[in-house]
Amino acid sequence: MRFSSHVVRAQVEAALESRFPSALSFVPRPQPEMTWTGIAAVDAACGGLPRGALTEVCGPESSGRTTLLLSLLARMTQRQEACALIDAGDSFSPHSAAGVDLSRLLWVRCKRTKRDLHVLEQALKAADQILQGGGFGLVVMDLAGLEVQAVRRVPLASWFRFRRAVENTPTLFLILEREASAKTCASLVLQLRLREEVWASGKSVPSHAQVLAGMKLEVEVARRHSSSIHDHPALLEQKKPATAARIWGAPAEKTEAGIFHARTEWAV
Amino acid sequence: MPFACIHVPDFAVEAIARSAPAADGATLRQQAVAVLEGAPPLARVTAANQKARAAGIEPGMTRLQAESCAGVVLRMRSAAQEESAHAALVDCACSFSPVVESSAPETVVLDIGGLEHLFGAPARLAQELARRLCLLGMEGNVAVAENPDAAIHAARGFAGATVIPPGKEAERLGLLPVDVLAPPPDVLEMLDRWGIRTLRALASLPPVPVTERLGQQGLRLQKLARGETMRKLAPVIEPLHFVESMELEDAVELLDPLSFLLARLLEQLCARLRSRALATNELRLTLELEVHPDVQLHAETSAGAEAVHQRKLRLPVPMQDSKVFLKLLQLDLRAHPPAAPVRKIRMETEPARPRQTQDGLFSQRLPQPETLEVMLARLNSIVGVATGDSQVWVGSPEVMDTHRPDAFRIVPFSPHTSGIKNQPVEKLVREAAEKPAQMAMRVFRPPLPLRVELRGERPAFLLLRGKRIAVAASAGPWRNSGEWWNTEPWSRDEWDVGVKLEHGLALYRIFFDQRSGSWFVAGEYD
Repeated sequence: MRFSSHVVRAQVEAALESRFPSALSFVPRPQPEMTWTGIAAVDAACGGLPRGALTEVCGPESSGRTTLLLSLLARMTQRQEACALIDAGDSFSPHSAAGVDLSRLLWVRCKRTKRDLHVLEQALKAADQILQGGGFGLVVMDLAGLEVQAVRRVPLASWFRFRRAVENTPTLFLILEREASAKTCASLVLQLRLREEVWASGKSVPSHAQVLAGMKLEVEVARRHSSSIHDHPALLEQKKPATAARIWGAPAEKTEAGIFHARTEWAV
Repeated sequence: MPFACIHVPDFAVEAIARSAPAADGATLRQQAVAVLEGAPPLARVTAANQKARAAGIEPGMTRLQAESCAGVVLRMRSAAQEESAHAALVDCACSFSPVVESSAPETVVLDIGGLEHLFGAPARLAQELARRLCLLGMEGNVAVAENPDAAIHAARGFAGATVIPPGKEAERLGLLPVDVLAPPPDVLEMLDRWGIRTLRALASLPPVPVTERLGQQGLRLQKLARGETMRKLAPVIEPLHFVESMELEDAVELLDPLSFLLARLLEQLCARLRSRALATNELRLTLELEVHPDVQLHAETSAGAEAVHQRKLRLPVPMQDSKVFLKLLQLDLRAHPPAAPVRKIRMETEPARPRQTQDGLFSQRLPQPETLEVMLARLNSIVGVATGDSQVWVGSPEVMDTHRPDAFRIVPFSPHTSGIKNQPVEKLVREAAEKPAQMAMRVFRPPLPLRVELRGERPAFLLLRGKRIAVAASAGPWRNSGEWWNTEPWSRDEWDVGVKLEHGLALYRIFFDQRSGSWFVAGEYD
């Protein structure tokens, strides 16, 4: 007697219903809630940062990572959400944090030692405690001040643990670093770089008359987790039943809209 | 109007058993226990439970005599523990009725008029009183009667829960021995010579001869024996003072067994707070240390003073959870351990009204205060709040009102009591969105030392981290100075410089410190 695959699947699912509902059926994962960063160019490029997921913001020195972070902090603290910043390099400047409600920001300053690995260990333990405690709208781990070699030594299991800790929660977990290191655990990876510095006057005038007016920064979506399988063109062409698969490594999206201007404001 | 009485027999033994850990407490009650008082070798037995008395213990025995009785556990009397036990007894009564009289350290009487609507019949109320007493760590007798004295005598004479119906006081109390009335010793001796040993026998005596021989006191005793007296209660008006203490026979050196004892005290404190519908936001722990004359203690104990180790926990919101308090104390003691073994523990709290919050349906989710406090304590232990380290590394930043560069302080993080509350959230978010992104700076703490090569008074090359880097563009200098009237003024010339690194451009703020004559990197624009 031959049974069709649909009948067999239905029987197996019925037998496992109490323990594993819809064990063999594709259950679409709900779209994550997105949060705007407050920088129009970045939001247009990536559609906002996903909550309940891990996002990496990477770039070298003066690439705009901290500018993006402070803009995000300003938005979230003004929404009366509690935010946490694990500062591995103790480099956060409260004076730069214009618009941020500092009373809603928990700042964990990791103690500077001669060994970056010791500071990194403090940062990872602090992140574990904060993510397990819950209740924060944004948790940031700032590793931008650490050497790349030290951050590369963070085991993948740690990133995976962080991702699991924020899954199905409204917490946005943001990593600031020089290069991406969370690999597939990150749902979104943004690459920033400084395109051009902006000086208020020409270079021919005396130096005391020049003013650093701002920076032109470039943002690129290096990786994005596509959560909707139906959007993938390859599968649509094949017209096969959807399976519970993820699409990784979407091509980089570098657009003109990915350039934003960070300005300085001077009190005159 | 009915009255209830709670009487704890063998009170000195119960006070000690209450403070002992649960397993030992239960064991102590099941054993023959005698309590000694006085300095050795003059310590004598002052109290004993029924099993100890059956084994031959009598009040007034010396320690040596008491030790000759097999199977008897000896403990030293603790006034502090008895005081705590009495306070717990009063708290238990106050959780039922606002009118409570403290007749003796081991006896309280409460007015239970009107409580039948809450607790039902008097028998059920008596059982509930006994159950609540057990939760506070003691076992006692409960009696309900129409007048306070009858209730007291019934609680002293009958074990368990007793209810005397109205009008049956003489009948029910008749079988009790005369000493439940606690008469003076000479009266008791006289009654014993007369052969009067029960309350019924005393009540049946003719009143006139009793008055002639014993005076008004004898008449009063007769009325008490019949259960006919009626008086008003003298209610207890005690300041709300929650203290629990424990004296240890053997000093405790390690933190783990100390934590076990702290858990016991915290459970009792929180139970007492809950019985009064109160919470606390301050916990004070005092540990008396066992100091050997030859041992040099930590500086916090002054020479010649009794060695104590004091810690204080301040919480942002009032709490009642003993487990949270225990965790916070454990983390605090790990960071600040006592310098010597502990021989006495005292814990005090300041009562406060419990936190009352009304969460909105769309209000933002915030960390729970209890979870947050434990998390902050753990974060402090991770980033290293070492002894003598005055800096705070975990909290909310607060910009100070000064022009000094990078001047800020860390304040405790409490999101529940912070924020801009007067403006609607949507307006704040819209205002934040309308502003362009502002360039941020990452500061170096402390500033990085730098060597600068000048060309025509402008920085041309930087020697940073062993590398010689050319300056592509620069702006400055701007003099930044201040607080010349203080002992630590600052004065520096600041420059914004753009350099070309391997990966691309980078922008830094550097400065020349006028006081030290050196160059530093203040921060990086990012």
